[in-house]
Amino acid sequence: MPVLIFIDQSEGQVKKASIEAICYGVAVAEQTGDTAEGVILGKVTDDIAALGKYGLQKIHHVDNEALNHFDAQVFTGAIAQVIDAIKSKVIIFSNNADGKHIAPRLSVKLKAGLVTGAVALPDTTNGFVVKKTVFSGKAFANIAINTDIKIIALNPNSYEITARGDAKAEILSFSAQVGATKVRVTGVNKVKGEVPLSEADIVVSGGRGLRGPENWGMIEELAKLLGAATACSRPVADAHWRPHHEHVGQTGLAIAPNLYIAIGISGAIQHLAGVNRSKTIVVINKDPEAPFFKAADYGIVGDAFEIVPKIIEEVKKLKGVA
Amino acid sequence: MKILVCISKSPDTTAKIAFTDNNTKFATDGVQWIINPYDEWYALVRAIELKEKDASTVIHLVTVGAADADPIIRKALALGGDEAIRVNADTNDSYFIATQIAEVAKQGGYDLVFTGKETIDFNGSSIGGMVAECLEAPYIALAIKFEVEGSKATVTREIEGGEEECEVNLPAVISCQKGMAEARIPNMRGIMAARTRPLKVVEPVAADHLTAVVNFELPPAKAGVKLVPADNPAELVRLLHEEAKVI
Ligand SMILES: Cc1cc2nc3c(=O)[nH]c(=O)nc-3n(C[C@H](O)[C@H](O)[C@H](O)COP(=O)(O)OP(=O)(O)OC[C@H]3O[C@@H](n4cnc5c(N)ncnc54)[C@H](O)[C@@H]3O)c2cc1C
Ligand SMILES: Nc1ncnc2c1ncn2[C@@H]1O[C@H](COP(=O)(O)O)[C@@H](O)[C@H]1O
Repeated sequence: MPVLIFIDQSEGQVKKASIEAICYGVAVAEQTGDTAEGVILGKVTDDIAALGKYGLQKIHHVDNEALNHFDAQVFTGAIAQVIDAIKSKVIIFSNNADGKHIAPRLSVKLKAGLVTGAVALPDTTNGFVVKKTVFSGKAFANIAINTDIKIIALNPNSYEITARGDAKAEILSFSAQVGATKVRVTGVNKVKGEVPLSEADIVVSGGRGLRGPENWGMIEELAKLLGAATACSRPVADAHWRPHHEHVGQTGLAIAPNLYIAIGISGAIQHLAGVNRSKTIVVINKDPEAPFFKAADYGIVGDAFEIVPKIIEEVKKLKGVA
Repeated sequence: MKILVCISKSPDTTAKIAFTDNNTKFATDGVQWIINPYDEWYALVRAIELKEKDASTVIHLVTVGAADADPIIRKALALGGDEAIRVNADTNDSYFIATQIAEVAKQGGYDLVFTGKETIDFNGSSIGGMVAECLEAPYIALAIKFEVEGSKATVTREIEGGEEECEVNLPAVISCQKGMAEARIPNMRGIMAARTRPLKVVEPVAADHLTAVVNFELPPAKAGVKLVPADNPAELVRLLHEEAKVI
């Protein structure tokens, strides 16, 4: 009874969040003594056989015209047929945008208990218990799944990607009955050339302390040097200094990068709720009493307008950029 | 058009997070309860905006909760809404909750079901999708824009690194987040009028619980911040490179 991992793709390319889900699913399969298989829908351009290096043995590919655009209902139906065919009992998603559409539908369709926002491997010593974030990252809950089939949606950036060799996955074409789509995609608007915030390893973020949109040049420059995404606090997005999709926090995006650099952000509890799962937090703030310092790993008390340009120079030296 | 807005009760965003009973229950002492911000600011307010454009729109609110959810659903009614329904059940299991909401939705024959993007306590982001599957209706999550004309809706949803625009025929289930609606504050007239709007309490239909909370944990405390002098940013870059190994 293989563990099945949903491999989410965009324009034919496998998303990083799905590679995390694969590595997680392979580890779950090891725990339960099963094999790990993947399912991918729609046209693919990536070399998916290469995903075998993460420990995936087979990939079921459902290639059908109707699956080239995302419709959660149709996707759920196709995945359910694969599950039925291979008799999978544990299904893994990334808790990303597509995962949030499909996993809950599948849970109802299969009457399978679902835990979203998982951050660790299940504990199978006594039942099947999955640790997930609750209270917007301020705590964790251990949730028992009490059904025969179990579904887990793994939080992005919560599980390390590790290659296990250079095996190739076997690609099996799967022909599923695909229902009629009810959702018609009419346009996709992607921020070109930038790292998507939800998938970024490093995030450089600015708050009201930066005084205005004209001062974001240094934030963008630092981000570019570090291969980072940019983010902001809520008042900054509300004032239209920065686009809405950069807003992180309780009411914005929740992220968990390896490094979060907060510049001129006070560290209100609602802001922390979206960033407190970051592995390393750096705070630059002129007020030594700013609450953010309590949640930080490294900090500099001082004026961002003096400090950030100097940091940029140091990073340039480190990276050997003139 | 008939819209059903799902309202959940959540602790205030500044509430202290602590647990009792051997870490099996959230410590509610001194906690202020609010309407889950996504439900209020985006789902409910967008429904109200639609009603302002088309006065024939009917808005019903639903919550699945015990009697202690009444003040919250009443507050939501004060913001806007013609009628509220509370399904009398106290649970955290998403499947159970979604089954109840779907039942209310089937009975009421709604064109639209709005939910928030997620609850800020359990962070499930799953009720909307579950309700949609129960109703065999399309589901669009993380919506940031929503327009409707006749039986066709145009929705913009967030995807990784961008947005996707799509069209969907009603009935549909939509989970709402920032961008959906303009902020607003309840006025006194609304609060007074809400007293006369009905809050119906119904008993739950039979449904299974698929999951159960075992216990809660708080994250380990941070070791404390390492401060670097303002005149030595080189030291910060060195620490990030050599000690934290993140750049
Ligand atoms: C229900 C609710 C939900 C919310 N959700 C969110 C959310 O999702 N995300 C979010 O971010 N907020 C959210 N908020 C708002 C939150 O409470 C704070 O108001 C907000 O985070 C403050 O943003 P800020 O830190 O940029 O601004 P401020 O609090 O104004 O802080 C600016 C900081 O910059 C520092 N500063 C000023 N000048 C300089 C300088 N030259 N160099 C260095 N530092 C400088 C100041 O010392 C200060 O600490 C929410 C609030 C509520 C009530
Ligand atoms: N007990 C409940 N009663 C009514 N609606 C709910 C309830 N729980 C969650 N919802 C709705 O479903 C959305 C997503 O919740 P969740 O999947 O729990 O994160 C919320 O924003 C609410 O709109």
